[in-house]
Amino acid sequence: MTKLLSNRWAVLGGFAIGVLVLFVVAPATLSGFRLGLLAKYLCYAMVAVGIGLAWGRGGMLVLGQGVFFGLGAYLMAMHLKLADAGPGGVPDFMALISSDGVPGWWEPFRSPLVTVVAILLVPALAAGLLGLATFRRRVRGAYFAILSQSLAAAFAILLIGNPTGTGGSTGLNNFRGFFGFALNDPVNKQMLFFIAATTLLVMVAVARQLMVSRYGELLVACRDAEERVRFLGYDPANIKTVAYMIAAVMAGVAGALFVPIVGIISPNDVGIVPSIGLLIGVAIGGRTTLLGPVLGAIAVAWAETTLSEAIPSGWIYLQGFLFMLVIAFLPGGLASLSGGWRGFGDRLRRPRTPSPTAPLPAPSGGN
Amino acid sequence: MDADYLQVTGLTVSFDGFVAVDHVDLVVLPGDLRFLIGPNGAGKTTLIDAVSGLVPATGAVEFAGQSLLGRKVHQIARLGVGRTFQTATVFEGLTVLQNLDIAAGSRRRALSLLRRRPGVPEEVAATLETVRLTELADAPAGTLAHGQKQWLEIGMLLVQDVQLLMLDEPVAGMSAQEKDETGKLLQRIAEEHTVVVVEHDMDFMRAFASSVTVLHAGSVLSEGNVAQVQADPRVQEVYLGPGHSAAEAEAVFTDAGDGR
Repeated sequence: MTKLLSNRWAVLGGFAIGVLVLFVVAPATLSGFRLGLLAKYLCYAMVAVGIGLAWGRGGMLVLGQGVFFGLGAYLMAMHLKLADAGPGGVPDFMALISSDGVPGWWEPFRSPLVTVVAILLVPALAAGLLGLATFRRRVRGAYFAILSQSLAAAFAILLIGNPTGTGGSTGLNNFRGFFGFALNDPVNKQMLFFIAATTLLVMVAVARQLMVSRYGELLVACRDAEERVRFLGYDPANIKTVAYMIAAVMAGVAGALFVPIVGIISPNDVGIVPSIGLLIGVAIGGRTTLLGPVLGAIAVAWAETTLSEAIPSGWIYLQGFLFMLVIAFLPGGLASLSGGWRGFGDRLRRPRTPSPTAPLPAPSGGN
Repeated sequence: MDADYLQVTGLTVSFDGFVAVDHVDLVVLPGDLRFLIGPNGAGKTTLIDAVSGLVPATGAVEFAGQSLLGRKVHQIARLGVGRTFQTATVFEGLTVLQNLDIAAGSRRRALSLLRRRPGVPEEVAATLETVRLTELADAPAGTLAHGQKQWLEIGMLLVQDVQLLMLDEPVAGMSAQEKDETGKLLQRIAEEHTVVVVEHDMDFMRAFASSVTVLHAGSVLSEGNVAQVQADPRVQEVYLGPGHSAAEAEAVFTDAGDGR
């Protein structure tokens, strides 16, 4: 019981620190520009929370989360473009390249309510159908990874090939308002940061509840011995699909917030390369832990900006190098170092023994 | 209870033309501790694979009045059919308690899964006692000794609340004392369940079987109690080759377990 209690207190303390850093320290110390960048990293961190759940706990190597990120982002961007154009108006980029007016499938997204509901539902439904179709047929491992990755590629190609509907390879940009608030106002920009921070904290709380719940235990069981789960009377396809759907919704919401924060969404943000980029932070941070993916995603995105400012072309090599380094020597990610160097030494000697000081009740063993 | 028996009729399993199980008929009643023996490749494991839904088969398999063939693995499990595997398959990253809790929970409602486990469920605590793993409840299953993993698997079947248990070589790699305890546990379980054990260990079979089915080349060769099966000349021939005395057969059956 004391263990549970101390665990509870540790979790509450962790959340308190998170709130303090995001709501007090960051706004006080960072310039408006840097705060905007941090808000963008928080969006990546939201996707990472979902990847941690699907990949770290569920063993599904989701290489195509850019699809769900993109679905959320484009839905939001469509609404913002329509809102900027005013009632019955035609968004600027459409008026430039065609005289047909607004396509019928855009019309529903004039409504803010429909847009918000769609941002939650469309990625969930897409992931649900995809998940059931693949997991029922027992597609898993590398085959699932390749499938999800090719979906990201197909999605990007679809966007590029449809310039009147989605802005083609330039994507959608130049947003002026966000649900009635002007996006160039610094106060509103700060508010967007707070929205992103709150959303991230809520997602982390949801992920934690899922991890300690019976469902979370079942998900790990599916990851480690899917066939055995079947013989206990569960259908692993349903269990995995639920995790995949939750990860998709998290990515969709992240995409929707990314649009007003960054001001542009294009196929370059949703294809294969960004999808893998989202995954690298999770791998480096530690995919099976709660905070590893979040901190890893933020750290990688921050390192990318910093290094790109210094050596513009160097980042992509360093990113690849870091990824290989972690996969080869630290399969549990940096989170497996949480026991300090002594813990690291223990891991080297007995690599399969879960660290007793892991921040979560469940051990951080790989699949 | 009378309905809770396993009836296999004309069961046939073939892989690309190779017939692994050939028109097998088998009836196992509750209270029976049935051993399936036979040389390697006789189709013992394939038979329980077919009953548990792992491989497609033709013929008929009924348990408790329900037809099992053609159903999916998890649906068969929900009808009260459980099994273990030759290599103990437990969730190594989860604790003993978590393993048992998952096994107990396939009938839980989906939404209740989103909550944390409230303490140790009663049936899980009872099973921990039965399989003597109470002390190790919070240990990761991956750290258990081989024999303990086998016991955990049997415990998972018990909390799963199945009526038909099929165990594939449950005592492989166990010490003599562990085998003895396992056998007694299986006898206790068999009082209220239908139990089928695939086993190579002849000592173990002789000590605990209440009935035996001998499979050879996919067909039933002989069936009866231990003495009847041992005295069957066809069984002796399969295990020893033609031309030998009953005493020799007795000796080999007694020693066979040590050689495995």
